[in-house]
Amino acid sequence: MALSGLEIYKLLPRTNCGDCDFPTCLAFAMKLAAKQAELADCPYVTDEAKVELEAASQPPVRLITLSSNGHKVEAGNETVLFRHEKRFFHKCGLFVRVKDTDDLEAVKNVASEVDGFTVDYVGLDLELDGMAVEAASGDPDTFAECVEAVRSATEKPLILIGSDPDVLKAGVASLTAKASGTVPLLYGATPENWESMAALAKKADVPLGVRPGGGLEELAELTEQVKGAGVQNIVLDPAARDFAGTLTRMTQMRRLALKKNFRPLGYPIITFPGEGAEGPEEEVVLASQHIAKYGGFIVLDHFSQASAYPLLVFRENVFTDPQEPIQVEPGLYEINDPTPDSPVMITTNFSITYFSVANEVESAGVPGWLIVADAEGMSVLTAWAAGEFDADRIAKSVNATGVADKIDHQKLVIPGHVAVLSGELEEELPGWDILVGPREAVDLPAFLKLGNE
Amino acid sequence: MTVEIPVEKWPGQVREITLGATADEGGTRSHTVTVGGETTLPFLHFEGEIPHPPVVGIEIASRRPDDWSPLLLETWSDVVDDPAAWAKAAEEAGADILLLTLSLEDSVDDATSAVRQVLEACDLPLIVFGPGQADKDNELIVPVAEEGAGERLVLGVCEEKNYRTIVAAALAHDHLVNSRTPMDVNLAKQLIILIHDMGLPLEQILMDPTTGALGYGIEYGYSVMERLRLAALQGDSMTQQPMLVTPGEEAWKAKEAKVGDDVPAEWGDWGERAINWETLTATSLIQSGADLVVLRHPETVQRVQKTIDALMAEAGEPELVAA
Ligand code: SF4
Repeated sequence: MALSGLEIYKLLPRTNCGDCDFPTCLAFAMKLAAKQAELADCPYVTDEAKVELEAASQPPVRLITLSSNGHKVEAGNETVLFRHEKRFFHKCGLFVRVKDTDDLEAVKNVASEVDGFTVDYVGLDLELDGMAVEAASGDPDTFAECVEAVRSATEKPLILIGSDPDVLKAGVASLTAKASGTVPLLYGATPENWESMAALAKKADVPLGVRPGGGLEELAELTEQVKGAGVQNIVLDPAARDFAGTLTRMTQMRRLALKKNFRPLGYPIITFPGEGAEGPEEEVVLASQHIAKYGGFIVLDHFSQASAYPLLVFRENVFTDPQEPIQVEPGLYEINDPTPDSPVMITTNFSITYFSVANEVESAGVPGWLIVADAEGMSVLTAWAAGEFDADRIAKSVNATGVADKIDHQKLVIPGHVAVLSGELEEELPGWDILVGPREAVDLPAFLKLGNE
Repeated sequence: MTVEIPVEKWPGQVREITLGATADEGGTRSHTVTVGGETTLPFLHFEGEIPHPPVVGIEIASRRPDDWSPLLLETWSDVVDDPAAWAKAAEEAGADILLLTLSLEDSVDDATSAVRQVLEACDLPLIVFGPGQADKDNELIVPVAEEGAGERLVLGVCEEKNYRTIVAAALAHDHLVNSRTPMDVNLAKQLIILIHDMGLPLEQILMDPTTGALGYGIEYGYSVMERLRLAALQGDSMTQQPMLVTPGEEAWKAKEAKVGDDVPAEWGDWGERAINWETLTATSLIQSGADLVVLRHPETVQRVQKTIDALMAEAGEPELVAA
C-alpha cells in the first residue's frame, strides 16, 4: 500500500540538508509520495527505512514483463477492481498454444498466422502478443525443436509450458542461446516440482508461473516457496477453469491483492480458457471474461480471425481510459479527393463514430467532405441527448470549417439520428438544404450512391 | 497458510420483477418469468444470492425488417413475414421471453393484431416496443396496452422525452415499462424516479441503461451497468431495478456483424464473426449486471444461454484442476 507524504517523512533523516535538491525532507517526502522523485536521491536514508519504503512502494499486483526481439508484453501494476474507478493499465497478453506433439509444419503455420495477424480498429493496429509452446512429448530434444520451429515463424514473446524441468530447460536454452534480452514465461511450478522449476527460472532469470493442486491457500504457499527460492517474478494460475470458478477465484485474488495488500497473491494471473470451454465458440466467451475480469496472460487453444478480431477489440475497449473519451480533432476532413460538387456530411468527434463514417465513405469510393464537430468526444446519439450536438453547434462547426468556400452547392447531410434538427438547422444555416442521412454509418454507401444517380 | 477471502456485506438488493401473467393471474401465458433479487455482484455465489438467472429474449418484428442484416433475414427465413410464425420459431429457438418491435409503417390495427397473433402463437411473456419515435410510439402503444390487458407486458420505448403516455397506459392496464436512458448513471436513476412519481410501482419498472456494441462503445454501457449495480447493492433504492439491455440490436448495427461483402479479409468468416460479435456483447453485459438481454440470432441465443448456465452452475467451491 502506498504511503502518504507524512508517513514517508517520518522515515527520512529529517535533517533538511538539501542534498536531494529539495529544500526540506518534507518537500522530498511529498515528491516521493507523488512518485516524482527517487528514493536514491537521498544519500542518508537508513537501510531499515529503505526496506520499509521499498516494500510499501511495491505495486499491489507486481508488473511482469515478457519480451523478445523488441516485442514486449506487460501485465500487472493494476490498482482497481472496476475500470470506472480509475482504469485498467496493462492490456492482458493474448497467446496461442501449440504442442510439441503436433506436426512441426502445422506448428509453424499456426505461429506464422498468429504472427502475421494485424487488424485495423479505429486507426489502431491490433495484434496478438505471442505463442505458447507446450512440452507434451516429455522429450527435451523434441521440445527444443518445436520451440525453434515456433521461433523461426515469429519473433514475438513466448510462454513455455511443461511440468518436467529438464524438458523446459532445453526449450529455454534454445531460446536464450540465440537472442539476448529474450524473456519467456516458464509455466509452471507445482507442489511436486517447484524446487527444480524455481532453480531453473532463477538461473535463466525468467518469470515463473505457479499452479497449485488446490485452492488459494495452496497457491499462496507455493508462491511463497518459489519466492523463498529466489524467484521474484511470478505469475499465478487460479487453478479453476470453468466460467463461475474462474470469475470467483480471479475476483478473490484481485480483491486480496488490492484491498488486503496480500503479497503472496500480488501477481498477474495466467488463464487457459480452452481448458474450461467446450470448443472454440465457448473459448472466445470465456477468454472475454478473463479479459474483463483480471486475466494477465491468456493462453488460447484456437486461432481464427473471426474470433481473434472481436477479442482484440474487446480488450481495447476494456482497457481504454474511461476518463478520456477517445476523440479525433474537430475540423474538415477530405475523403477520396472531394471536388466542389461533392457532398458535405457532418458527424461528431467520438473516434469510433468518426472512423465508422470515414471508413464507409472511403470504401464506397465516393469523394466527400466530412465535418467533424466538437461534441466532447461523444457519439451522435449521446452528444445529441447531452446537448453537445444541437443545431447551434452544428451550424457553428459548418461555418468554422469554411467549407462553403470550397463547394458549389449548399447541401449538408446530417446523421439520421438527429433528423429532428432539420427545421432548426435550416434557420441557423440560411440558404442551406439539410438532407437527412442514414442513422448508421454502415448504410452510408448505399445512401451516397443513391445521391450520385 | 490461511487466506481470508474478502467478502463484501452489501446492504442492498436488486428488486424482483415478474414479467407475464398466467391464466390464474389474468393473462394467458403458460408461465411467468422473474428477474432480479441479487444480493451480490454478477455470479459471485460465494458472497450472496443470485435467485434468478439472467433471461434471454429474442427480438421479432411486426413486419419484415428490411434494414436487418441479410444474415438474420436468411437465418429466420420465411417467418419474418409473419409475426405469429416468427414468435413460434423464436420460442422453439429457446427464448425465455419475446420482444416484439412495431414498425413506423404499422397502423393501430396492424400493431394490435400483431400483438394478438404473437400472444396466441406462443406461451412466453412479451415485451412490446414502438418504433422508437415519440408520436408513433404513443399512437401504437396505448391501444396495444389495452389489447394486452392482463398479460403484464413490458411496454416501451419509455424515454425521458416520452414516458408519460406509455407509463399512463401501463398504469391503466397493469403492465410494466422499460425506463431507457442513454448510458448515464444519474439519468438512469432520474427517469426511474419520474416514472415512479407517476404512480407506477417499482415492481413494474425495468431499468434500460442502453449499451454500445462491442467496438462501438460497449465500455460505456459496461461501466454504467457496473456502477448502477454497485449503487443498487450499496442500497440506493432507485437503482435497484433489474436491468434490461438490447445487445442484439446494437451488435447487428455494427458493420462487423451486419455485412459480409467488401470488408477487410482479416475480419474472418462473416457468420462466425457476426455471432461472436453479438455473443460477446451480450455475455460481457450479463457479467456487468444485465438481468435480461434481447438478442437477434438463434445461434447466439444458444451460446449465451450456455454461458449463463455455466455461470450459474457452480454455486460452491470453484472446480479444481489437478496439478
Ligand atoms: S537529502 Fe535526505 S536528509 Fe537531506 S534534505 Fe533530502 S531527504 Fe532530507
